[in-house]
Amino acid sequence: MTKLVPVLSEHWDEKDSFTIEAYTRHGGYKASQKALAMDPDAVIQLVKDSGLRGRGGAGFPTGMKWGFIPQGDNKEHYLVVNADESEPGTCKDTPLMMANPHVLIEGCIIAAHAIRAKHAFIYIRGEVTHVVRRVNQAIEDAYKAGHLGKGIEIVLHVGAGAYICGEETALLDSLEGFRGQPRLRPPFPAIAGLYAMPTVVNNVESIASVPAIILNGAEWYQSMGTEKSKGTTLYSLSGHVKNPGQFEAPLGITLRELLELAGGIREGHRLKFWTPGGSSTPIFTDEHLDIPLDYEGVAAAGSMLGTKALQIFDETTSIIRAVLRWTEFYKHESCGKCTPCREGTWWLVQILRDLDAGIGTEEDLNKLLDICDNIAGRSFCALADGAVAPIISSLKYFRQEYLDQLANKGPLFDPMDSTLFVSAKAGA
Amino acid sequence: MTTTEIVDMITVVIDGFEVSVPKGTLVIRAAEQLGIQIPRFCDHPLLDPVGACRQCLVDIEINGRAFPKPQASCTIPVEPGMIVKTQLTSQVADKAQKGVMELLLINHPLDCPVCDKGGECPLQNQAMSNGQGQTRFEGVKRRFEKPINISSQVLLDRERCVLCARCTRFSDQIASDPFITLNERGALQQVGIYEKQPFKSYFSGNTVQICPVGALTGASYRFRARPFDLVSTPSACEHCASGCDMRTDVRRGKTLRRLAGDDASVNEEWNCDKGRWAFKYVTAIDRLTHPLVRNDAGDLVQASWPEALSAAAKGLKENRSAVLVGGRATYEDAYGYSKFARIALGTNDIDFRSRISSDEEREFLAARVVGSTTTYRDIDRADHVLLVGFEPEEESPIVFLRINKQFRKRALKVTAVASKLSIGVDKLKGQFVKVAPGQEAAAIAAQTLSAQSIILVGERASESAGALTAVAALADSTGAKIAWIPRRAGERGAIEAGAIGNLLPGGRPVADAAARVDIAALWGISVLPSQIGRSSDEIFAAVNSGAIGALLVGGVDPLDGINSQAALSALDTAFVVCLEIAPSEVTMRADVVLPVAAITEKSGSFLNWEGRARSFDAAVADSLNRSDLRILSMIAEEMSAPLKLSTVSAAAKEIASLGPWEGARASMKAVNAEKAPTLSGDQFILNSWRRLLDLGTLQKGEENLAGTARQTIAVISPKRAQAMGVADGDLLKISSALGSVTLSALVEDIHDDAVWAPRNSQGSQLLINLGVGHGAVVSVVKI
Repeated sequence: MTKLVPVLSEHWDEKDSFTIEAYTRHGGYKASQKALAMDPDAVIQLVKDSGLRGRGGAGFPTGMKWGFIPQGDNKEHYLVVNADESEPGTCKDTPLMMANPHVLIEGCIIAAHAIRAKHAFIYIRGEVTHVVRRVNQAIEDAYKAGHLGKGIEIVLHVGAGAYICGEETALLDSLEGFRGQPRLRPPFPAIAGLYAMPTVVNNVESIASVPAIILNGAEWYQSMGTEKSKGTTLYSLSGHVKNPGQFEAPLGITLRELLELAGGIREGHRLKFWTPGGSSTPIFTDEHLDIPLDYEGVAAAGSMLGTKALQIFDETTSIIRAVLRWTEFYKHESCGKCTPCREGTWWLVQILRDLDAGIGTEEDLNKLLDICDNIAGRSFCALADGAVAPIISSLKYFRQEYLDQLANKGPLFDPMDSTLFVSAKAGA
Repeated sequence: MTTTEIVDMITVVIDGFEVSVPKGTLVIRAAEQLGIQIPRFCDHPLLDPVGACRQCLVDIEINGRAFPKPQASCTIPVEPGMIVKTQLTSQVADKAQKGVMELLLINHPLDCPVCDKGGECPLQNQAMSNGQGQTRFEGVKRRFEKPINISSQVLLDRERCVLCARCTRFSDQIASDPFITLNERGALQQVGIYEKQPFKSYFSGNTVQICPVGALTGASYRFRARPFDLVSTPSACEHCASGCDMRTDVRRGKTLRRLAGDDASVNEEWNCDKGRWAFKYVTAIDRLTHPLVRNDAGDLVQASWPEALSAAAKGLKENRSAVLVGGRATYEDAYGYSKFARIALGTNDIDFRSRISSDEEREFLAARVVGSTTTYRDIDRADHVLLVGFEPEEESPIVFLRINKQFRKRALKVTAVASKLSIGVDKLKGQFVKVAPGQEAAAIAAQTLSAQSIILVGERASESAGALTAVAALADSTGAKIAWIPRRAGERGAIEAGAIGNLLPGGRPVADAAARVDIAALWGISVLPSQIGRSSDEIFAAVNSGAIGALLVGGVDPLDGINSQAALSALDTAFVVCLEIAPSEVTMRADVVLPVAAITEKSGSFLNWEGRARSFDAAVADSLNRSDLRILSMIAEEMSAPLKLSTVSAAAKEIASLGPWEGARASMKAVNAEKAPTLSGDQFILNSWRRLLDLGTLQKGEENLAGTARQTIAVISPKRAQAMGVADGDLLKISSALGSVTLSALVEDIHDDAVWAPRNSQGSQLLINLGVGHGAVVSVVKI
C-alpha cells in the first residue's frame, strides 16, 4: 500500500497543471469563495483547528500566528509569503510554485482575508527566474479572472539571492528596500512587521495548504498525520537515491518508507548519513531510518524536521567534505551583522579545509566543537545555529572518520566516487 | 513651576545584588548602576540598541524561567522578577563573552603598536578584561587595502572594523546624515560611502570618537600621538554658542586633538566637526609674541611690556576713548573690558557686536536676552520650535542635534521663517514660511504658538528691521519662550558682563540710577557714566567725526560688518590699542599691539546661549601669554584706575558676588519693518548666512576640515531660473555697487525675490566682495 497522499501535488502530473484552467477544472478558487463568505475570525479558527503548522522549518501553528495580528487597530495589515527558498537541499516550494502557482494565490486570498490584510507580498528568491515568470503569469491570470483586485492585491517581489532573506525579519527589510539583515525582536512582525505594520510571514507550502483545509474542513486535515503534527506535507528526497523528487505524505512517515517509494539508495550502495530537514538540521545516519518524520519525532532524536529536505548520502561520501561544503555555504551567506556568525563561519571553514586535507590533530576536533559551542545560541538569528548543526552532529556520529582522515594525513575518499556520473560510467 | 515626572521603578537582581531602575532601562545599564561592567561594543547609550556584536551576553531568568540561551544585555529591558547573572557569576555568560571576544579578534590585525586607538581602545581593554590571553586562531585573516578616505577628514581601516555599526547608526539616528552604511556581507561586510559621495557630514568626527576600535581615524590626528603621551584638559568649545563640553589633548605644549566631552544637559556626547577639528589656528597663524608700539617714523616696532603699557595708557588717557571687543572674548575677559571702559575710560561706549547689528537688537538684548533662562531642556519639552534668522545646523550645530533628537523621537514641530529652505530645516521636516529677505516681521507676527513653544532667534534677526520687535510681541501674546542664539561663543557672556552700551554687568540697565549705584558700590567708585553708550557703528562714526580719539580693540575683525570702509578709516584715524593673538586688519592700524593668550593657553569660561557657564582651564601649561583681563588690569594700573582683577579667578569671584538684578528690565522700542523694495529686471534681494565650515579665521590651517565644507553656490528659485534660462551649474554673477561674485547656480526652494549665497565661503565673501548684507538689492545675471 502506498503511503503517498497527494493533496498539494495531486495534479502535478498533468501537463497544464500550472494554468488557471487546470486549477479551476479541479475546483480551484472555490475555497477562497467559501472563505471570503466566512467571518475572518472563523477562518482563523478553522486553520487553528486543522492543526496546520508552518512548513518553513520552525513548525509554528499557522492559525495561532494569524491570531496574533491585532484586530480593529485601524492599521494596514500585510501578508508576506516567504518564497525565498535557499537552503541547501530544500526544494519543495520551487516545484510547488512551478506546478501549481494558483493554489498559492488562492491561499494568499484566504489568509489575507483572515488577517484583514489588503495586500499580500510574495517574496521569491531572484535566482529562480522561471518560477518568478510562472507566478507572475498566474497572478496576472488571477487578476483577469477577478480573483484578485477586489479587495486583495498581490505583489510579487524578487529578492537578490541571499539566504539570510529567508529569515522573516531580514526578508521584511529586504522587501522594504534595505539590505536584508535580521531585525531586533521584539517587536515581532505580528505587531510591527512590513512598514512597521502588523504582518504575517508564512512559508509558501503553509499558505498553499490552506485552500484544501477550507474546502475539506479541519477534521479532514486532522485525520492525517500524527498527534501533534497534522496533515500532509512535501518530503523532498535528493542525493544518492534512485528516484529523487517530491513525495507528499502524511507527517510521521519514516525515511525507510520514503526510500522504498524512491526506489532505494542508488544501486550497490548503502545509506551513510542524511539530513532530515535541510543542511541546517543536525544529520542522521542509518540508525535513524525508522524515526517518524514529524516535528516531535525528529526533535526527540536530536534534530529538526525543518523543511523536510532529505538529502541522502551513501558510503562514498566524505562526511568531512560534505560538512565543509555546507560550512562554506554558511560563510558565504552569513549576513555579517553579528560577530559569532560572521567571524565564526570564517574560522570554521579554515579549520574544516585543513581537516579535509588531513591536516590537524585530535585537539583540533575539540577546538572545532568548542568554537561551535561559542557560536550556537550566541548569534543574532538562527543562521549560525544552522551553520554549526552539521559540524556538531557529524562529530557526534563520525568522529572516527575525522580521526582516520587525520591519521591518513589526507583525504580518505575520492570525491569522484560520490558523483552520479561515476556510477553511470560504472553501470555502462 | 516644577513638574514631577512619575517614573515606574523596577527592581532586579544582578549577580546577587538588588538594584531599582526606571522601567525601560536596559539590563546592561542596570548593571552599571551596581558598578558591574558588562563588556560591549555596539551598545551606546544614545543610539538605538542593535544587539550586533554579542559581546554583552548574560544569563537571564524571569520569575524562575530561565532563557535557554544567554541574552544580549544591551537589547533587553529590565522586568520585574528578573535575575541576571553576568560574567561574574555565570560560567555560561563568561564563556560566551570570551568566545565572542576570541571571534572578534580572529580577523582583527595585530597592529595595535601603530594604531591611533592603541592605549584607549575598548577592544584592547576588553580583550584584556574579558578575553583569553592566547588566540587559538591559526588561519588567514581578512585583509583590505588600508586606509581609505571616506571624507577628507575621516579615514577607514576596514580590517580593524568590528562592524558594531555605531558610526552608521550615529550618522543616521543622531545627525540624520545617512552618508555611510554597511555594505557587502559576512566577514567582508564593511562600512562604505555612496559612490563618489564622501562622508560630508558636519558631525562626522563623532563617528571617530565612538568607534570602539581604530577603524575610523581622523586624518589630522592619524599617527600624531599615543594616547598615553597626551595630557588631557577638560575644556569648552570656543567656536559657537552651543557650549559644548570638550576635552583638549596636548603633547609637549601643542594641541593635537580635541574630543567631545560628556554633558547630558548640553551636548550629550557629541560635537560638530568644527569644534573637534579646528584648533590649529592657535599655532597655524602667525602668532604675536611681543608687544609692538608705533614709533615716530610710523612703524610698528617691538617694545618691552612696560614701554607698551605706558604708551597704551597714555594714548587712552589723552583721548576720549571707546572699547570694541569681539564676540569671542571669555566671560571674564568681557567683564574686564566692561569694567575697564567704565573705570579707566569713564564711558559706556563699548560694544561686543563686531558684526552686523542694530539698535533694535541692542534693546532686544537688554529687554529679553540678558538673564534669560531658556535652556536645551526647553527644546526637549517644546511643542513647537520657531526659527527666526537662525539656521541651527550651520550656526549652532548642537541646537540642531537637540531639535533633531526631539523631531525623531516625537515628531517635534519645527517652523522656519526664512527666505531659503536650508538643508538643516529640510532634515527636520520643518514648515518653511517663505518670506522675502527683510519681510520677516509680518511672517513672525502671523505664527501661532503656545506657552510650551520656543522661539529660537539668531543674531541675523537684527538684519531685518522689525523682526525682533515681532518676536518680542509674539512671545508676549503666546507665552512662548525666547532663546537668542548668537554664533560666537562669547556674546552671551559679553551681554551679562555689560560689554555693551546700554547694560552694566549682571543685566543692570545703564539708564537705571539704582543699577549704577549697585555697580559703583561693587567696584568701589563714586560714580559711573550715566549716558547710554554708543554702538559699534556709532563708535566708528564718532571716530570719523572726531568725537572719539582712541579705541581699545580686542578680537575684532572690521570686515565682519557692512560698514567696513567706515571701520577701517576709523581705525586709521584713532589712536588704537589692540589686544590680539595674531596680526590683523586692526593690528596693522594700531598704535600699540599687545599679544594675548589664545583660548587653550588660558583659563576662563564662556556663557553659552543658555547663559550656562562653560568653564575651562588652560590646556597648554606654562604659556607665557597673558589673558586679555590680565593685560587690561595692567593698562588700568598704568592709568591709575586699577581694576583689581589680577587673575581670572578674581574676576569670576567678583562676577559671582554680583547678585541678580531685581529691578526693572530695560524696555524695548517697537521698530517697524521696512517696506519691501520694488524689484526690476535682474534685481534680487540678497539672503545669506555663514556656513559652519567656511573661511572663518578659527578654521585657518585645517585643510582636511575644509575638504568637507559645502559647495559654494548661488541659489535662485525655479521661477526666476526659468525666466533667466538658468539651470543648475550655470554661472551667476551677483553684483552690488561695490563689487561682484560669480558663483555656480543651484535652483532650489527659495523666495522668488531672493538670491542666496554663503556669506564667508570660498569665492563668496559677501561682506567684502559686495559690501552689503541681508535685504540689500543686488543684480543677478547669467554669464
